Amino acid sequence: MFSGFMANAWEVATIVAVVAGVVGFFVVLRGSAFPAHAIPNGAFAGAAGASLIGVNPLIGLGVFSLLAALGIGTLGRRGRADVATALALVFMLALGAAFLSQSTQYEPQIFSLLFGEILGVSSSEILPVLVLGIASVLAVAVLYRRLLVTAVIPDVAASRGISPHAVEMAFLVVVALATTMTVPVVGALLIFSLMIGPPAAARCLTDRPGIALAGSVAIALATIWASIAISYVSNWPVGFFVGTFSAAAYGIARGLVACRAAGNRRAAARASFSVA
Amino acid sequence: MHVLFEPGLLSSGPVRTAAALGAVVAIVSAVVGVFTVVRSQSFAGHALTDVATTGGAGATLVGVSPLAGFLGGSVIGAGAMDAIGVQRVRSRDLATGIVLGAATGLSALFLYLETTRSATTGVTQQILFGSIFTVDPSTVPVVAVLGAATLLVIAAIRRPLTLSSVSSEVASATGISVRGIGLAFMVALAVSVGLTSIAIGSILSTALLIGPAATAIRLTRTMRASVLLACALGVATTWLGILLAYDSFYWDASSQGLPVSFFIVSITFAGYLVTGIPAVRRRVELRWRRGGTVRARTSAPIAAGG
Amino acid sequence: MTATGGDRAAAVPVLEVDGVGLSFSGRTILDDVTFEIRRGEFTGLIGSNGVGKTTLLRIILGLQRPDTGEVRVLGQPLAKRNRSLGYVPQKVELDADVPIRARDLVALGLDGHRLGFARRTREQRDLVEEMLHAVDAEAFADSRIGRLSGGEQQRVLIAYALISKPELLLLDEPLANLDPKSVQEIVALLHRVATDNGVAILLSAHEMNALLPVMDRIVYVTGGRAASGTTEEVVRSEVLSRLYGHHVDVLRLHGRVLVVAEPGGTAADDLPAHATVTVD
Repeated sequence: MFSGFMANAWEVATIVAVVAGVVGFFVVLRGSAFPAHAIPNGAFAGAAGASLIGVNPLIGLGVFSLLAALGIGTLGRRGRADVATALALVFMLALGAAFLSQSTQYEPQIFSLLFGEILGVSSSEILPVLVLGIASVLAVAVLYRRLLVTAVIPDVAASRGISPHAVEMAFLVVVALATTMTVPVVGALLIFSLMIGPPAAARCLTDRPGIALAGSVAIALATIWASIAISYVSNWPVGFFVGTFSAAAYGIARGLVACRAAGNRRAAARASFSVA
Repeated sequence: MHVLFEPGLLSSGPVRTAAALGAVVAIVSAVVGVFTVVRSQSFAGHALTDVATTGGAGATLVGVSPLAGFLGGSVIGAGAMDAIGVQRVRSRDLATGIVLGAATGLSALFLYLETTRSATTGVTQQILFGSIFTVDPSTVPVVAVLGAATLLVIAAIRRPLTLSSVSSEVASATGISVRGIGLAFMVALAVSVGLTSIAIGSILSTALLIGPAATAIRLTRTMRASVLLACALGVATTWLGILLAYDSFYWDASSQGLPVSFFIVSITFAGYLVTGIPAVRRRVELRWRRGGTVRARTSAPIAAGG
Repeated sequence: MTATGGDRAAAVPVLEVDGVGLSFSGRTILDDVTFEIRRGEFTGLIGSNGVGKTTLLRIILGLQRPDTGEVRVLGQPLAKRNRSLGYVPQKVELDADVPIRARDLVALGLDGHRLGFARRTREQRDLVEEMLHAVDAEAFADSRIGRLSGGEQQRVLIAYALISKPELLLLDEPLANLDPKSVQEIVALLHRVATDNGVAILLSAHEMNALLPVMDRIVYVTGGRAASGTTEEVVRSEVLSRLYGHHVDVLRLHGRVLVVAEPGGTAADDLPAHATVTVD
């Protein structure tokens, strides 16, 4: 399972999981789940359009994910953010549909852009993924504190000269960057799961932001490694396992917290009982 | 005139079906959509289209009616979202995301099993994008009936729904079960989305749910006016989109035309953008102030000894 | 309308609000508001709800632009990055799921604006401890902010604002949702913090009585207009009557102040919370 083309899959998966864990921590913290879903999907439309005009789909991917990020950020400022995201998303999907209708695009390509082909990744694809991955993580590192402050007390941040809007735009662009690098590998629909489930699980388990961030990465790695292993053995799509395990991770974390809380309540009840 | 109404438009069967179906879908979506936007549940509304599609893929696999699959998947998804999520918007969106991720994974599995079994092409595209022109006319009555049922439910709960959307605390204080109303609305949303997804595809489902509603809300002051205007905008947009899509077959001899979804979504999006322009908003507000009734100002009694 | 008392030293005031006015949709919200705050002064911004206090605070913080007038901080016009002003909003909109502790938020008060990822020094961490101690927040320093009560969150936000050593701390309705005992505690805490750190305080409230023991100056706002000075200077029948535009009486009873409208007086709704009595 660890040799040949599979080695590539493991390497790429590791990079993707680290990026998803880092970026996803802030996606969940800032309540940006919808944009995190919309941007990869909008990007998909760009890839379709690019291949239509004979351009490398990755370029279309990059351009459209950036447009999606900027569009959502700008429109969301004026009106409701979720409405802006929804309409920007469907507009891009409609464009994608229009592009596809103009060509004789065949099935497997669409499938792979949506669900990914991680097991089919070639070694030449690893380097670009690594470079973009490092860029994404660096960007988050640089913005780390601003991302935290604007997530908690945007008004106060504004009074200190930090524009919450500017930080939001920068963050959406980082999401777009992370998207561009991962969509060809994990697919538009699944990078999303990795950016939501693991961070949501991690933050149930600790109160400290730094630890929660590390936990996101750890759980994302565990999720994708397990998914690849089981997919290799069963032949079922990696995406299925990623989606399911991400949700399961969250469920387990919630369950653990509930158990602990119930245990604390019982202990407190016992204590007060004995005092009385 | 000839340019706009290409030959055979009004006598074409598929077009008439599309127009009827489109109108029904637009109206149901508009009504549910107004509440969806007010409650900031656009993400759930969109996510449920993908979840419904998962249900549809599963149904095709098992050999059950796709409609049942779409509706079933959507309702189960809505229930899961409600079970996980809490009242606040951020936590709700997280719950939506979790369910969406799991459903997407399931989709991947179903489609994989489907294609390995029957090796049919076009399945993914069909399920994801749909096409209003190739719908079987017999689905229209089913959609209409289920759609009407959904509207009845919304109409029945509209007052507690409105109140709990504005302030869950005030609603609880007056005895409304905010959680119960929320769940009822989610189910109605799920049914509406399930119907529209199978009828006209996921993209249009979300577009007609959110677009006309959001535009109407910007232009009106009451919920009732918003709902009425959203219906009007939705139907108008759909018919105009159908018209243009039909015409597009004729624009270029060799082309296959552009999909309806593209036209309808573009018109919707354009409408939303236009109402967002500050100059337009100011005009609208001016008309409200001139034409509106002066409401008496009642100041609530302030308790002494703050 | 200003009623400043006495001759002060030539020190530059920490804050100068000069002729600030703002209208919105044809309504005048603020009209020629002028006052200043000097180093270490405790000032109460008193007025009933909806009278424009929050708007005024937002203008001072640079979050909103006035139509007329100017705001100067330490003699300089408002700049983008205001290190001299600390802001404590009424509350934080956060749920209990967010993994950020009170301690983490206070630490962000030091470097939240900085780009990059440098680790915090021993000194910085000690300073955070000091601040938490100053606001009596040690007991819940390691709890998530979203889980704290309103009063506890407030103290954390005060520590956050204080740690960057501002000249002036602005608080938006900090007393609004607190029970009387908590009100006393917070007022005492703020007074202590102000004295210990030499920080001026501007605090908005709709009820002045809790602040009487500690307030150096009052800015009394109604109908968009303001009167400022010491309590003795401003809270007088003549001054307030002119401000309201109709006659009001000021009664002092057991150290508390009551502002009272005439029977059948108009705009009774404008009177702040403590003024509900009409005397026949």
